[in-house]
Amino acid sequence: MTSPVRIFMSFCMTVLTFIAVESPIKRASADPLVVDLSNHLVAITTGFTGTDVLLFGAVQHEGDVIVTVRGPDQDMVVRRKERKVGIWVNAESARYKNVPAYYASASNRPMDIIAPQSILQDYRIGLENQRFIATSDNPDTDQEVYRAALVRNMQNAGLFNRRPAKISFLSNQLFRTDIHFPANTPTGTYTINVYLIRDGRIASVKTTPLVVSKTGISAEVYEFAHRYSALYGIIAVIIAVVAGWIASVAFRKR
Amino acid sequence: MQIYLPIAEISVNIFLILGLGGGVGFLSGLFGVGGGFLITPLLIFYGIPPAVSVATAANQIVASSVSGVFAHWRRGNVDLKMGLVLLAGGIVGSTVGVWVFAWLRSLGQIDLVISLCYVIFLGIIGGMMLLEATRAIFRTRRKGAIRRSKKHQHSFIHGLPLKMRFYRSGLYISALLPLAVGFFVGMLTALMGVGGGFVMVPAMIYLLGMPTGVVIGTSLFQIIFVTANVTFLQSVQTQTVDVALAILLLIGGVIGAQFGAQFGARLKAEHLRALLGLLVLSVCLKLLFDLVIEPSELYSIMPGDL
Repeated sequence: MTSPVRIFMSFCMTVLTFIAVESPIKRASADPLVVDLSNHLVAITTGFTGTDVLLFGAVQHEGDVIVTVRGPDQDMVVRRKERKVGIWVNAESARYKNVPAYYASASNRPMDIIAPQSILQDYRIGLENQRFIATSDNPDTDQEVYRAALVRNMQNAGLFNRRPAKISFLSNQLFRTDIHFPANTPTGTYTINVYLIRDGRIASVKTTPLVVSKTGISAEVYEFAHRYSALYGIIAVIIAVVAGWIASVAFRKR
Repeated sequence: MQIYLPIAEISVNIFLILGLGGGVGFLSGLFGVGGGFLITPLLIFYGIPPAVSVATAANQIVASSVSGVFAHWRRGNVDLKMGLVLLAGGIVGSTVGVWVFAWLRSLGQIDLVISLCYVIFLGIIGGMMLLEATRAIFRTRRKGAIRRSKKHQHSFIHGLPLKMRFYRSGLYISALLPLAVGFFVGMLTALMGVGGGFVMVPAMIYLLGMPTGVVIGTSLFQIIFVTANVTFLQSVQTQTVDVALAILLLIGGVIGAQFGAQFGARLKAEHLRALLGLLVLSVCLKLLFDLVIEPSELYSIMPGDL
């Protein structure tokens, strides 16, 4: 899907939110925080180059909002290069458990103004409050340096956001933000947490899942390659032989 | 225009990949090498994971070699018997190579080994080819005639057992020699994602003493089957062959190879060897440079627990 279409859809969604959310919120006044996504499924198709998902919602009374998006956990190895006999080789390494494959956060105001550090730490809000469990067998490795290197590499890959994105309030009650997913977004189930913060305390939390999965031809090719790998290999060879032969025949005249 | 690669799991520019395949295919047809030694580093440089680059390059080389071999076959430039003996060694070598690849990966040093292999082999072979070809060019200019290669010189090689007659190449040598060459090159195919033409061609000329005319066709013939073997084994063992990427590369590659072969027919053999030597050396220097210069990011990350 092209981005102009997405933007238009986002716009429509926003307008719909105004209409749809404004009235029920007065009726269902018990719920202090209402949140939804423009799409609960990010489909990685053959033409996938990254996408934005619109998160929108409403708060009953004025307050600050923080959104965190966390991808599926995975193990990560961080390797450090050292110069040995004139060349740079991987030397020391550190291993981390439960590193999210994707992490992004957003807030309407700077987080440290919205909430005290203790709250952010307890709820593990923001990149600096993510705890990666080191499973390195080497106790000498400087964990702080390795952790920073891990975050830096993930940021360079576009999988951790460099600074929290902006949540914009459209009135005192309605808010929205775009969550960006780059082309190399890992597949899996993502967890989106929306925190409503009032007077430095968390007043309400809403959790909503988001699924990133491959669909269409690319998904089928991936499935096939893993399930019937021998047949896949044979087909890959046949395709190559036929393509080479066709080209040779096509150019025979000259 | 972007396309999402199913196995590499990233999206790439279609025209860039097509152009890459075309450019390398042209050189492949010109020099009779698979072009893997160019395509694998270029793919890695573009951001394709190294394991996927190595395995997919092998798949692409199958196509470019098939398209190249027909032209040589029609001109009678394939020594079938020699090709089959080389192939027997190559199949064993590439199978062992895929196993060694997996073992090195478990040690966590596969990237370094790949780079070092490239630097060492490209450096030695590129240097030797350039030196020899330059000498041949100057000799031709001075005397106005090409001197015969030292085919009938005797060395320890001629004392080896299991002698076989290769009529097309006009050779009577031990079968152990082409078997060993095939085995060695087969290992390189699995480890480096190359067809091995850049090792095979000089080995055939200087070690086996084959006439230059049949060298390219025969090496292409045997590369087809060895790279097919690697493609299959990598698909089964590591699932890193990206068919979509391979198709893009081979569309560009097979077309480029045709033009390369036609262009190559107009060039003198020693000019061809000098050019190939230069090309091989420049790739070697680039890789060496990357190993020696301090990288801007000293840390790298990798998912999973290898």
